[in-house]
Amino acid sequence: MVVSLQVIVDFIQNNFLKDDNWRYLANGFSITLQVTFFAFLLGFTLGIFLAIIRVACKDLKPSWKTPSGLLINLLSKISNLYITIIRGTPTTVQLLIMFNVILVNLHNLKIVAILTFGLNSAAYMAEIFRSGIQAVSPGEIEAARSLGLSYMQTMSRIVMPQAFRNCLPSFGNEVITLFKETSISGFIGLVDLTRGAGILISKTFRAAPPYFASALIYLIVVLILEQIFHALERRITHD
Amino acid sequence: MIEIRNLYKNFDDLEVLRGVNLKIKPSEKVVIIGPSGSGKSTMLRCMNLLEKPTSGEIIFKDQVINHGHLDINKVRENMGMVFQQFNLFSNLNVLENLTLAPIIRHRLNKDEAEAKALELLKRIGLPEKVNNYPNQLSGGQQQRIAIARALMMDPDLLLFDEPTSALDPEMVGEVLELMTELAEAGMTMAVVTHEMGFARQVANRILFIDEGLIVEESNDPNDFFNNPREERTQQFLSKIL
Ligand SMILES: Nc1ncnc2c1ncn2[C@@H]1O[C@H](COP(=O)(O)OP(=O)(O)O)[C@@H](O)[C@H]1O
Ligand SMILES: [Mg+2]
Repeated sequence: MVVSLQVIVDFIQNNFLKDDNWRYLANGFSITLQVTFFAFLLGFTLGIFLAIIRVACKDLKPSWKTPSGLLINLLSKISNLYITIIRGTPTTVQLLIMFNVILVNLHNLKIVAILTFGLNSAAYMAEIFRSGIQAVSPGEIEAARSLGLSYMQTMSRIVMPQAFRNCLPSFGNEVITLFKETSISGFIGLVDLTRGAGILISKTFRAAPPYFASALIYLIVVLILEQIFHALERRITHD
Repeated sequence: MIEIRNLYKNFDDLEVLRGVNLKIKPSEKVVIIGPSGSGKSTMLRCMNLLEKPTSGEIIFKDQVINHGHLDINKVRENMGMVFQQFNLFSNLNVLENLTLAPIIRHRLNKDEAEAKALELLKRIGLPEKVNNYPNQLSGGQQQRIAIARALMMDPDLLLFDEPTSALDPEMVGEVLELMTELAEAGMTMAVVTHEMGFARQVANRILFIDEGLIVEESNDPNDFFNNPREERTQQFLSKIL
């Protein structure tokens, strides 16, 4: 027992504590969290916007002839195209295109990653949110309209809260996917958790400890996120 | 109060209403019966413009409301509707279901709305349900609250689309009782229903609709049920009575 404890202490000492090696993982983890968080904010906001545009276009069937109708129709077409392209191409390719082409003049790697993952996630969130909106009972929407609520009032008071409740599980999955997907950030040289582990290996020439350590960190965060979303779901349903 | 003039409604090439004319005066209770698919719901839904008439006019309180120049939300504030499926807002509790519209449409402030909601809940016998969510209530309770929700706006006219058809039989009575009470209190009502007892007791006028037309109309419900004049009315009544 004493021997095995000593083995573990030595193992941690040699692989993570020596030369402050753990800092590669810690700094990388911090980048991973930041990228995930800000990409989530961007993806969530833009995703809701895209979903509303598409639903509004379908509900209101605006005329192409009025300026506002034209705008909604155009935005809806652009949203469709955007969602098709994002969902139809690999995130890695999107990241490389952003880094090497679209944002070639932007030298802040963290922002390139946030924009890429945020814009990517927006397309998925838009689809999740749209299906959540469409699952809201048409009868309740009519009831709201029959009381005199406007389309926007009905959206904000009845449709959106229910849509949010409907898609919370899928949202949770999307956040977890986003979090794990940031592990490709190393492709553009951003030192996230995964790339941090890689750099550590190039120093110690031992692959297993850093990779397993990073895998464990990802796993723990995913489990925490799952708990958070389960708690949210419990709070938001009133059965 | 409300008048329908030469109302036509098509869904693509399906002609659902084919020239309906109807006038409902203040405090009148009009009961509408007819076979399934004859256009009863569509007619009610045209009255508050949940469906857009293909042609014809809906005149509510002396204004044509279906020509697009009026704020339809403002018009609907004065015209309540009660649905077969209750359609209470499932994300809101009973109190919020009742107070949402009057507050958001600036009819009442929050305190006034809540006071009025509690008073209405007392009147319909459900004051203890104020904090419950719709899925915690029976069908009959939900429908009574849906009626109260419509009453919160002090509507000039209430439209009922088969309000008891989705209810278990033992709950039909409580809803009809409330509707009868409203009728006696002078509410103007248009009611699509298969409850002939209610029709006999409450209706000032009864309409029989078939294939998108008012086939028969009577100001004397008992006479209508005892001596229907049109053959199609006779056939329909023989099936349901
Ligand atoms: N939104 C709609 N789109 C297409 N057809 C519809 C729609 N609403 C109703 N209908 C059709 O119109 C006819 C009349 O329907 P409805 O007014 O609901 O009849 P009722 O209430 O008398 O049973 C039916 O044939 C129905 O299928
Ligand atoms: Mg119907």
